[in-house]
Amino acid sequence: MTRDEAFFEFLCRMGDNTLVLGHRVSEWCGHAPVLEEDIALANTALDLIGQTQMWLGLAAEIEGDGRSADDLAMLRDAWDFRNVLLAEQPNGDFGQTMMRQYLFDQYHLLMLQALAGSSDERVAGIAAKSVKEVAYHVERSRDTVVGLGDGTSESHRRMQAALDLLYPYVGEMFESDAVDAAMEEAGIAPDPASLRDAYDAALTQTMAEATLTLPDSRFAHSGGRTGFRHTEHLGHMLTQMQWLQRAYPGATW
Amino acid sequence: MKPTEAQIWDWLDQVPDPEIPVISVVDLGIVRDVAWQDDTLEVAVTPTYSGCPATSVISMDIETALRDRGVEQIRIRTQIAPPWTTDWLSDKGRAKLEAYGIAPPSPAGGPEKCPHCGSADVVRVSQFGSTPCKAHWRCNACLEPFDYFKCI
Repeated sequence: MTRDEAFFEFLCRMGDNTLVLGHRVSEWCGHAPVLEEDIALANTALDLIGQTQMWLGLAAEIEGDGRSADDLAMLRDAWDFRNVLLAEQPNGDFGQTMMRQYLFDQYHLLMLQALAGSSDERVAGIAAKSVKEVAYHVERSRDTVVGLGDGTSESHRRMQAALDLLYPYVGEMFESDAVDAAMEEAGIAPDPASLRDAYDAALTQTMAEATLTLPDSRFAHSGGRTGFRHTEHLGHMLTQMQWLQRAYPGATW
Repeated sequence: MKPTEAQIWDWLDQVPDPEIPVISVVDLGIVRDVAWQDDTLEVAVTPTYSGCPATSVISMDIETALRDRGVEQIRIRTQIAPPWTTDWLSDKGRAKLEAYGIAPPSPAGGPEKCPHCGSADVVRVSQFGSTPCKAHWRCNACLEPFDYFKCI
């Protein structure tokens, strides 16, 4: 694996996380429990899709194969996606969506803060831009997790169930492999494992405020960020997200 | 004869933001640079939020405005670093926002006062509003809802 091949993989991981989660969140548009939450979810999705254009745009440039960000988003199949499994998990109820969002946002914030100091100025530029938006995402998802966790007995029960369901997808965000080693050596990106302590500290504090109990087991599903084994949910999502380009190849506005 | 860069800035200050038409794209601080490169005018534009759908409309509006004034060769360059900040909003823009009913950004993290009645007794409804750059607030004195331009 050359440095540029590793760089391309890394950029797809960043861009596919924001693309897949952004699409998932956009599925709420018009369906959220109240209008303000609907608008907030749509805004979050929009930020994530905007960030995707920057990450996948740079990925396409590094690849140098004539593909565009749109080609990468709309014309790859499930096995070529590099998002973490957490991002592709179904929305469930509103509480489950917000738990997924918080678990991701907290990681995303730490990763982007580190990337703002990247040796590659394009990566640093995208991260510096994105981190301002993500600071708002995490503020809202954290507040919502605390509000619903420490809410009624029904909302508490649902948030605990969401945490129990999604926590086994947390570990994958902090895995390291040869791609990460190459990025760390080049000073482009941190080793994800190095972010885990700060993440755990934030999570422990948030869940204590939310009166929720973190599962004891650190068992982690994996296979998304390497593309080795996505969950069945990604393929179903792509049939919707990519439908237009598949049915009408090359269609433009 | 090529128009001067000062003249170009003046023209761009007449191009309204498509979402908040009371302020110009220059007031918003998204035009970062204007420079002639031989016979081509290069305008550097920075997006407010990375997914803001107004960005492409803004680039089109800038191009149209310059073409209408006889500039033929235009290149719009998107520049993301340094990232846009609400510190770049002009004082004129801030005053116009408030007169329009949108509270201008404040480093304190919330509006100083209600843009309708001036009361400082305001409460946040949602961190997100009608566009990516705004949050949704309400005044406890006049009970009117209003947009707050988020500080980033």
